[in-house]
Amino acid sequence: MSKVGKAKYKIPLFFLTPALVMLLIFVIGPTIYTIYMSFLDWSGGPREFIGLDNYVEVLTRKTIINYGRSLLDGPPYGALVHNAIWILIHVPLSTVLGLVLAVIFKNVKGGTILKSIIFLGMVTPMVVGGIMLRFIYDADAGILNAVLKAVGLGDIVRTWTAYPDTALISLILGSVWIWTGFSMIVYSAGLETIPPELIEAAKVDGASGFLIFRKIIIPLLKPATIVVVTMSVLWALKVFDIVYVVTLGGPGAASTVLALEMYMDAFFKIPSNYGTASAIATLLTLITLGFAVYIIRYMVVR
Amino acid sequence: MKLRKETIIVHAIAWAISLIWIIPFVGIFVTSIRPYEEIVSGWWNIEKLTLTLENYVYVWNYRTAPIGRAFVNSFIIAIPSTIIPILVASLAAYGFSRFRFPLRDLLFLTIVVFMSLPQQMVILPVFLLEVNLGLWNTHTGLILLHSAFGLPWIILFLRNFFMTLPIEIEEAARIDGASDIQIFFRIVLPISLPALVSIATLQFNWVWNDFFFALVLLATPDKFVVTQTIPMLKGRYFIRWDHMAAASVLAMSMPLLVFALLQKYYLRGVVGGTIKG
Repeated sequence: MSKVGKAKYKIPLFFLTPALVMLLIFVIGPTIYTIYMSFLDWSGGPREFIGLDNYVEVLTRKTIINYGRSLLDGPPYGALVHNAIWILIHVPLSTVLGLVLAVIFKNVKGGTILKSIIFLGMVTPMVVGGIMLRFIYDADAGILNAVLKAVGLGDIVRTWTAYPDTALISLILGSVWIWTGFSMIVYSAGLETIPPELIEAAKVDGASGFLIFRKIIIPLLKPATIVVVTMSVLWALKVFDIVYVVTLGGPGAASTVLALEMYMDAFFKIPSNYGTASAIATLLTLITLGFAVYIIRYMVVR
Repeated sequence: MKLRKETIIVHAIAWAISLIWIIPFVGIFVTSIRPYEEIVSGWWNIEKLTLTLENYVYVWNYRTAPIGRAFVNSFIIAIPSTIIPILVASLAAYGFSRFRFPLRDLLFLTIVVFMSLPQQMVILPVFLLEVNLGLWNTHTGLILLHSAFGLPWIILFLRNFFMTLPIEIEEAARIDGASDIQIFFRIVLPISLPALVSIATLQFNWVWNDFFFALVLLATPDKFVVTQTIPMLKGRYFIRWDHMAAASVLAMSMPLLVFALLQKYYLRGVVGGTIKG
């Protein structure tokens, strides 16, 4: 190999090595090790290879999938199902709401300030978001119940996150409040890229506002929609902080999620179970990866 | 210009939604500056209104886990956890955007995939490793993890950014005899400053707001960060909303300040990090 050629290979090493070393020690290595641990019977002491037993244990556990529980019975359905419900409710709501807000605020005086207000939830620590949710839902000090009393619904007043049948849905709706700012901001940026002449031309041709929205704006916002939907799905899969702070997965596992179950197995329960905790983490990662691969194609500039 | 009825309705809806949206923030702030007796029946009741900073003083010096100490700790964690990954990732991003070497694209995509990794996937091995190395329950241990965990998205963001920079400036410098390393530090980094600020705002807030890593890696109150301290203020028999509110306001003050001061960069980071171009 020529001298020049060799030198060419040395330079990227200087640039890449620090990042690769850090990633190997703290991200890639641990990921591989977690997969390895998911095949072990291990809680810190002697370890034994047990194949897929941890996965079998996890997937038959009632707090992960509550087999035989009909959707009509109410939670707990198990963490995996709760995450799925979270996605199915949270993602459409925050996506549509974000789009509507982006469109409305585009033509409103002071729209920038209003956008900042909606975006506040994204800036605030999720833990604080959780505290605020618990506060809103509180039976005595919460404003939601005050409103309910004011409109004559005093009978149903309660601490919404403290009951199995309402804990999960309360958290999910709260997460819409926290997360819609993201959807709105991405859609706002997307709207900026639509040339106004296009809309004007359609108006001249006599198209109604709704038709313009459906036939021009929505198709042109497709890249933004992909970003919003995938990121929201990923977020709903990884949700931890607000569940931990508000309900700790309760009452009676009625609002638990996968990330929390992993934490419980690894660091909360006595004795801990590193094997099942790793199996839950690996399952969560596999599901996450499925969605992430879809968006990454869009994010890499070629 | 005629003021159409439609326009007025749209404005009314927009402001009404925003008002509803911000109520929880108003609630937590009002609660934080009023005594407990006044807010147990609702912070919006203002027949009797006493304003006080006592809640802040109490949580700042809270015996079990003083927020004052935690506040400082959050800075001690968040500042290096912002600077280190930006420096390391910008080097790597430059390497990926300017050099050709075998398996480059595969390596890059592998790193990018780790961007979406759940924190739970790395925490157990990192915990065990840090216990063995004596890094567990140290700020260094948490800083190292945050720095490494932030690398994938920052590398992606900066590589995308470097791809858009005109290469002519760098070529001109090379003809003048500058080395790759000089070009990177003297030319590329300075002209990338706006992008670096965008990343810094997001990464700082991400680390400051993090709860999970701190929860596992920090175990004693003298090491705690702010987010981790808030749940401890709950109170034993009934929830001390006054204390929780003051702690919450303190915890969100920094990220909100960063957002308020650098909003343009912040939003550019959020959008640029996710949408192509």
